[in-house]
Amino acid sequence: MTLHRTWIGRRLLLGLGQTAAVVLLIFVLTEALPGDAAVALAGDQPDPERIARIREAMQLDRPAIERFLEWVGGMLHGDLGASLVTGRPVTGYLTTGLGPTVLLAAATLVLLVPLSVGLGVLAARREGGPLDRTVSALTLAVHAVPEFALGVLLATLFALRLGWLPPTAVGTGGDLAAHPAVLVLPVAVLLSRPVCSISRLVRAGMIDAMASPYAAQARRYGLSGARVRWAHALPNALAPATQQLARTCDWLLSGVIVVEALFVIPGLGTVLIDAVAARDVPVVQGIAVVFGVVTVVLNLGADLVARRFAPRSQVAA
Amino acid sequence: MNHSSLGSRLPGLARRGFIIGTGATALALAAGCGTGGSAPGAKDDGAAGGTPKRGGRLRAAFAGGGANETLDPHSASLFVDAARAKALFDKLADFGADLSPLPRLAARWEPNAALDSWRITLRKAAFHDGRPVTAEDVLYSYRRIADPKQAFRAQAALEPIDLGASRAVNASTVEFKLKRPYAEFPNTLAAFGAYIVPKDADTFDRPVGSGPFSFVSFKPGSSLLVKRNAAYWDGAPHLDELEFVVASEESARVGALLGGQVEYAHELNPATARAHEGQGKITVVRLRNSAMQGFVMKTDRPPFDDKRVRQAFFLIADRKELVDGSLSGAGEIGNDLFGKGSQYYAAGLPQRTQDLKRARALLREAGAEGLKVTLDTAPVATGFIEAAGIFKEQAAKAGVTVDVKVGNKDTYWKDILTSGTFASYRSGPMPIESHVSQRLLTGSPTNATHWRHKDFDELYQQIQSTRDDKQRAALYDRMQRRLHNEGGFLIWGFADWIVATAPKVRGVAKEAPANTLDWARFDKIWLA
Repeated sequence: MTLHRTWIGRRLLLGLGQTAAVVLLIFVLTEALPGDAAVALAGDQPDPERIARIREAMQLDRPAIERFLEWVGGMLHGDLGASLVTGRPVTGYLTTGLGPTVLLAAATLVLLVPLSVGLGVLAARREGGPLDRTVSALTLAVHAVPEFALGVLLATLFALRLGWLPPTAVGTGGDLAAHPAVLVLPVAVLLSRPVCSISRLVRAGMIDAMASPYAAQARRYGLSGARVRWAHALPNALAPATQQLARTCDWLLSGVIVVEALFVIPGLGTVLIDAVAARDVPVVQGIAVVFGVVTVVLNLGADLVARRFAPRSQVAA
Repeated sequence: MNHSSLGSRLPGLARRGFIIGTGATALALAAGCGTGGSAPGAKDDGAAGGTPKRGGRLRAAFAGGGANETLDPHSASLFVDAARAKALFDKLADFGADLSPLPRLAARWEPNAALDSWRITLRKAAFHDGRPVTAEDVLYSYRRIADPKQAFRAQAALEPIDLGASRAVNASTVEFKLKRPYAEFPNTLAAFGAYIVPKDADTFDRPVGSGPFSFVSFKPGSSLLVKRNAAYWDGAPHLDELEFVVASEESARVGALLGGQVEYAHELNPATARAHEGQGKITVVRLRNSAMQGFVMKTDRPPFDDKRVRQAFFLIADRKELVDGSLSGAGEIGNDLFGKGSQYYAAGLPQRTQDLKRARALLREAGAEGLKVTLDTAPVATGFIEAAGIFKEQAAKAGVTVDVKVGNKDTYWKDILTSGTFASYRSGPMPIESHVSQRLLTGSPTNATHWRHKDFDELYQQIQSTRDDKQRAALYDRMQRRLHNEGGFLIWGFADWIVATAPKVRGVAKEAPANTLDWARFDKIWLA
């Protein structure tokens, strides 16, 4: 057990280190972007005097290291600073954007697990059969379609042609939970790729597990096929899938950006894109910290779960 | 955040040139804009005319500035900012379809003999809280814009005013003292972002203006809801409510319009417009002469410091091909002059056409055979990259090698202001005078062609010291003749600005270039 504890401790430390690295990296990267918030704000009126005035007003003329340390100091007190452009607190940006994005991600994940496990197990049961081949071909095909194109296609077909669903989230005022119909298409787009990759992993894992000595042993004991499949083989098959699921969360971020733009959902992805274009460093950093922490925690959780499912596979810390 | 001239602001979306070309987003023209009022502009009642009907809510989708949006009208820089500011506030004047200033909150303006002092008489108008609009409010607003600690967009336009010496003669009369004679001073009153706010207003979470609609609620980056101001001085709007929703992706704006989620969508791609025009599902309105398209040549450095090279480049451009190729035909060809269709435009000058032989000869004379130039461009606006590619091909036919360099779109305008020699350019509508004073004088803040000529500056000053319209027009002719002959602006086209509405929407003006009074004028629109 102590071994388990030290492993968790190691993973936690690693996670903290990763988060700190993300924070630093984001700062360096935004600093390295051409131009700064003053230039971005001046836009097509780049009068040098005007840019200098904006820069002064935003206190961008201070050295980067000074700004970085001040920001880290504030963060340790739970203060993420304020937007350079509006002066509104970054936490406000996060809270308004977080709701829709979390809702999208949660709805996606909730559907993702049963869907991909079901598909994977189904395909594995009929290995090599027509059903397996169909699922295989379909998942490959869908996985190859870019989200942007898929989103436009789905919206054109189901919203504009058939009129079954709203084409965008316009008019919901960001309150998506009250308009579940609005969520259908965005979630379908978000699901499209991870369902494919995870179900393929589950299928491969299941086929391996069903062919393994312990599954054969369980069958020799006279356990029913279902019992062997669901209680013995599946947990082992799920270990790689769980870790893939955590990776999916990182991927969800980019998917969310596309989906939010396509369906006009004012979530974090949209806030992030706007902040990058405006070189609004505090907002970019605030979001990056949130995403960084979430990603680290999810991966940590996934490794823990994978370890539970398949302790022998020795997930490295 | 916001700003920028017709620019695209959705990075991150790897665009696959598939279904959707470029999603130009954050658009703010480098130019003036409008506020409600009764303009002589040709009114068109859309599909069917009839008597305006009262009532209903209209939802209008614009590309927006995201969570950084503010309702401070002086910070306006995107189209959506301008449209919102216009609903809530008024300016002293605004631009007609020919970009000449029309009275708004100012009922009249009279200059002194020297044209360096102007008396503005305000009309009777009230803010939404019932307070009358007075000379004090006007002076407060202009001083706020001009505050050197701020960087409001209209600052450059207000520069000619000596605000320290200007004063309120009485509650309804303002006297503006200027730093120099300025015959076209009313352009300043109509400048983009020069809105009148109540005295001492400094936060705009719940803005109070004098515009046709009053504030109800606002969610930055998402929606602004306003309601009919029954006491509006220029006639109460027909709509009960107006909601601005932000949808930065063009496909989303079109989808929302087709799906009945909005009734008005601003700024569509030409391809989208063509696909839906005449299908009966939506009404497409093309606002002509809305965006000048061209290239800037830096006239102070090789190779363009030799005017023969500039003239050769004028002759290389096949304008029709550029309009067809990069604007999908949604526009008109240009003649290397700014302001087609606006007051003082030298329409009499012969239209330039491609002449590769003459271009080669000019280059030979200038000793620039086998010329290589770098063309800076960026995905800031629809058609920029495409136009650069097309011009590259055209130049090759004249033996000129153009190397297209794609830069960063967020900093593009600053980057091309001082560096490079040759770059893509575009501009929203503004009076020719504003174009000249902001871009073509020695001291101009955004002189991208580095056109600095003492005699040209003097000619501008002479125009502004000339009282008579006809004489001014003659001087403008002279000025434009010179720019047409050897300027640094290669202006190949003027793009339409495309808006679309649900079929039941009426009263959308067709003769209203972006940023003019009748553009996005929701107080004159009704639902049939």
